[in-house]
Amino acid sequence: MNRAGSGPDEPGAGVPGTHAAFSALLEDSAEELYESAPCGYLSTLLDGTIAKINATLLGWLGLSRADVVGRMRFSDLLTVGGKLYHETHFAPLLRIQGHLGGIALELKTATGSRLPVLLTSTLKKSHDGEPLLIRTTVFDATDRRAYEQELLRARRAAEEAHRQAEADRERLRETLQVLQRSLLPETLPDIPGVRAACHYHTASTMQLGGDFYDLFALDDTRTAFFLGDVCGKGPQAAALTSLTRYTLRTALLHDVDPVADLAVLNTALLDRYTGDDPRYCTAVVGVMDRVGDTLEVRLASGGHPPALVLRADGRVDTLATAGGMLVGAFPSARFAPAHTTLQPGDTLLLYTDGLTEARVGPHHEMYGDEALESFAAGLAPTAPHDLVDALKDLLRGFGDGLDDDTALLAIGLPARTDTGSRSAR
Amino acid sequence: MSIHRRNNIRVTGNASGRTVVLVHGFGCDQNMWRLVEPALAEENRVVLFDYVGAGGSDLSAWREERYSSLDGYARDVVEVCEELDLRDAVVVGHSVSAMTGVLARAMAPDRIGALVMVCPSPCYIDEEGYRGGFTAEDIDELLESLESNYLGWSAAMAPVIMGNPDRPRLGEELTNSFCATDPDIARVFARTTFLSDSRKDLGNVTVPTLVLDCEQDVIAPPEVGRYVHAAIPGSELVTLPATGHCPQLSAPEATAAAIRSFVSALGR
Repeated sequence: MNRAGSGPDEPGAGVPGTHAAFSALLEDSAEELYESAPCGYLSTLLDGTIAKINATLLGWLGLSRADVVGRMRFSDLLTVGGKLYHETHFAPLLRIQGHLGGIALELKTATGSRLPVLLTSTLKKSHDGEPLLIRTTVFDATDRRAYEQELLRARRAAEEAHRQAEADRERLRETLQVLQRSLLPETLPDIPGVRAACHYHTASTMQLGGDFYDLFALDDTRTAFFLGDVCGKGPQAAALTSLTRYTLRTALLHDVDPVADLAVLNTALLDRYTGDDPRYCTAVVGVMDRVGDTLEVRLASGGHPPALVLRADGRVDTLATAGGMLVGAFPSARFAPAHTTLQPGDTLLLYTDGLTEARVGPHHEMYGDEALESFAAGLAPTAPHDLVDALKDLLRGFGDGLDDDTALLAIGLPARTDTGSRSAR
Repeated sequence: MSIHRRNNIRVTGNASGRTVVLVHGFGCDQNMWRLVEPALAEENRVVLFDYVGAGGSDLSAWREERYSSLDGYARDVVEVCEELDLRDAVVVGHSVSAMTGVLARAMAPDRIGALVMVCPSPCYIDEEGYRGGFTAEDIDELLESLESNYLGWSAAMAPVIMGNPDRPRLGEELTNSFCATDPDIARVFARTTFLSDSRKDLGNVTVPTLVLDCEQDVIAPPEVGRYVHAAIPGSELVTLPATGHCPQLSAPEATAAAIRSFVSALGR
């Protein structure tokens, strides 16, 4: 519309021809507005009989006024599904609320085709509140219905994809669990006179961790053990863990010198992982020899946090293995040996750095070696399974601060007053 | 989870009067009875509830296996009666729930002493010698439209279903909410309802029974009311001067009057 030169109070004033156009518009009768409105109008009696209908809707339906007025009920225009919906939802709601909007239905046209529409109805009431008739406006919703069907298709596809993804995720979780378990001993062996307990904390069920441990008898008096942490996570780490575990087991069967066993592992890892993809680990490897009622422990560390010994008298010793280098990183790596004697009531603790590097407190500080020593000192003397239980509680208390896998292995001798052998997971 | 909470039970009316249990049909919930409830409450104790899956019931208690047969809905009726320790209650069932009432009475004869069947239909599909009002094709089309077009079907309810408590405005805008039904639940209820055939159960009804139907009913034609009346020995048939399938809304006074007169004739 060209409004140039018009005052707001005089539309069209001053522009020749515009005034006449407005007059023509204003002469548009209410009847004309009703009949030729861009939507359908329908008035029905309370029993559904159609009393009035506009030309627009008749045109959409392909029916004549004489076919419809006084002869058809509103539900006659509906499909069977629509009829049932009308009777069970639409009509009750309209009666209760007096108004109903945005209802999607399909009308049957004279040719048998279906016209998707959106309906809005109001209940006209008399002065004393008695319902008199129902007025309905009908909007052609063909485009909207097509759009809805697109949405519906997309939604179904999304739902299906989601279901599939959930199923895949569950399968992957199961696979990972089986694989993870295969990297750890099913149970610790029962070794006469020795007590042992272990724990593996998995940071994520969707990610393979890289911690490992093992404990196994070499012969009647000697027992081998190791615990470590390979670099990285996921399938690569799992493959590395597998290689590490079986290399160490084989090496220990051939040579009871832990430094030599770490050297064998170092060579194996360097052989296997060459070039741009170095793979390494940290590990503590040891052999225990039964001598009388004590255990002579010789171990070696390659870049791994020091083992702790919780003594029967309440002291905590750190088995210093500083200077031991990462295993699998350097051809000429050196590993640090240590030796201790476990008396009855002593407990040796091996752990991975998930424990000491957990974030704690309001400032997310590292838990740290000193805190662990203090914690151990508070427990000593203690038996392996009690120690592991206490550490499990500690890990649980870290909550979200514990974001790495953590392995624990505790080995000890029963106190002198305490007899019998047992091992616990 | 108590049955009270699960089925959104509401008890009103005259506590010393005979108990009338109002059971809604497919499509809505206990609000269907709101126009007849005041008149019934004058003399009777009135029990209202929603089937699990409808209205204010606990949707988490809904199980497809249970609610895929009318027995599942009948068990809701029985469990509501047990929860309130009812004896000789009058069960007023609308539409498909008229048949649910019949099944519930067979399950718990001590608790249900009379039936009112409002626009009942024991079978919706026409057969040789029986007029249910729909052809098998009609019902297929209905179920098909439910399967393939649930967005359209649920347009009135979708905002409620999609609405979440964090956006209460959505719910407020939508006044149609009380008849809202989850589309999956509605589909199961529709299939169970419109494919049901409980005609053989009618002959087992031995309690006083009132059959109420309408002069004009798109869903249950007059033949169905007459069929039910004829199949239940000693039943009473009242045809209301009403149109549609919901006389409790379109003719609440006449509906309430018919129920009251039936119940008061039963005695206490």
